[in-house]
Amino acid sequence: MQRRVIFDNKALPYLLLAPQVAVTLIFFIWPAAQALWQSVHLQDAFGLRSQFVGLENFEAVLSDPNYLETVKTTIVFSVSVTVLSLGSALGLAVLADSKIRAASAYKTLLIWPYALAPAVAAVLWMFIFNPDIGILGRALNNLGYAWDYRLNDGQAMTMVILAASWKQVSYNFIFFLAGLQAIPRSVLEAASIDGAGALRRFWTITFPLLSPTTFFLLVVDVVYAFFETFGTIHALTHGGPGKATETLIFRVYQDGVVNHDLGGSSAQSVILMVIVIALTAIQFRFVERKVHYS
Amino acid sequence: MTRDRDTPRSGGRLMDMVPHLILMLGVLIFAFPIYVTIIGSTWDAATIGRGNLPLTPGGDMLNNYASAWSESQGNRVMHTPVRIMMWNSLIMALVIALGKIAISIISAYAVAFFRFPLRMVFFWMIFITLMLPVEVRIIPTYEVVANLGLIDSYAGLTIPLIASATATLLFRQFFLTIPDELVEAAKIDGAGALRFFLDVVLPLSRTNIAALFVILFIYGWNQYLWPLLITNSAEMETVVIGITKMIGNGEAATDWNLIMATTVLAMLPPVAVVVLMQRWFVKGLVDSEK
Repeated sequence: MQRRVIFDNKALPYLLLAPQVAVTLIFFIWPAAQALWQSVHLQDAFGLRSQFVGLENFEAVLSDPNYLETVKTTIVFSVSVTVLSLGSALGLAVLADSKIRAASAYKTLLIWPYALAPAVAAVLWMFIFNPDIGILGRALNNLGYAWDYRLNDGQAMTMVILAASWKQVSYNFIFFLAGLQAIPRSVLEAASIDGAGALRRFWTITFPLLSPTTFFLLVVDVVYAFFETFGTIHALTHGGPGKATETLIFRVYQDGVVNHDLGGSSAQSVILMVIVIALTAIQFRFVERKVHYS
Repeated sequence: MTRDRDTPRSGGRLMDMVPHLILMLGVLIFAFPIYVTIIGSTWDAATIGRGNLPLTPGGDMLNNYASAWSESQGNRVMHTPVRIMMWNSLIMALVIALGKIAISIISAYAVAFFRFPLRMVFFWMIFITLMLPVEVRIIPTYEVVANLGLIDSYAGLTIPLIASATATLLFRQFFLTIPDELVEAAKIDGAGALRFFLDVVLPLSRTNIAALFVILFIYGWNQYLWPLLITNSAEMETVVIGITKMIGNGEAATDWNLIMATTVLAMLPPVAVVVLMQRWFVKGLVDSEK
């Protein structure tokens, strides 16, 4: 797309683009190229010499049972966070939308968790569910349920899923509410006059009309669960107990920063880049479609 | 009392209340952790450490906040004074938000209002950054920043995060809707490209700038992985990182009162921005994802 009327300076556009391009080249393209390069090389212990090893780093990563375990953890975590935060946001948005007069008040009361950092959300949940000092953590133990997310794998996973989903609900809620408010009232009223009950109206009219929003949020939530929840996991469990809550992004950090395994970490970075590019491509297919329809 | 106009065919007043009750429950689930945190920040460490935190405010609020704000030594943990960490977070959030807006608006202007060789190459290059979140390229980006000597500096904290494909795309999209007549009129009046940018485009973009600012301020304030890598000295710590450092292993016997006070302080600026600028916030969120 291009405007018809334009200015015809020769140097100015390059000057205007210079800062963005410089930052992109130095901090995006160059490091990404480095990651690609390192992922096919093996460095000696002192980082002095490196040798081309082809796809060996990838083979090592992908045949490591620990890595496959991490993949499984990431899938369980991401699917749970996505389903939980999408589902509860949709429910709340539908209810808020049905109370038109109160909808904006509920909106104000429900959207602010968006402002919290993932790590801060983790701290809030930790303070409540800590088995020694947390109000609910102690209550669970007093009720005879052995609760300690620092020792129990399943409980640790539950904690990170809840803390991560809790924060993401408000984001989904804003988009669902906007989507719902864009559905013409007349359509719903017509169905209502024809005798369609609330549930039937939801499944035959509201839900299909919301599907672009739902699909968009699906991708956003998966990206969130993959990358942005690093803070949640780092603050809450450090990937533990053992490796029970170690997701792919946490492992890149662990291998690269803590264990200094450059080749392996770079290979993992490249794998993650492929995942992000795939997700972004899916999202853009969807955006294109939305543009064509409207 | 009149019946609720919103639900003309609902089955009576009782049924009307059910959605409200569920919504209230939702609001409660969101508010409860915050409430407990605020309460936690008003008691002493010993009460919390025994696991007897009441659900009503205690009397140590002023002490806790004063100590967290300006001292570096609690009873059990050392920490950077919150005053310093909040300042670092504020600088980081402001530089990232304003920097992203400034850099993006001028590059979008170049792409939208000029025709020049390699225009689409640049456009796609900016676009690619959308696909490379800092999390997937942490190690090599860290190395670049280290080689440039920017570890433990505000420049290192902010500049690598300052390119923004989203903001550039958003501004470009908006610039394409500026009518050609306006540009022609400006040219006839003898206004050059820079004059037109300052006098027409910038004022027209006010709403978009405000909306983006809210989103980007929160983005900057809430950064975690990047400051964790880039800052080593206590003087450069941001407040979100500071909290998790204070918690350490999360033992019962730590200064939970100070940690909770710090958490409340860390939440205040981004929550205030969202609540006070709600209209811009919702617009920014919805627009930047188009």
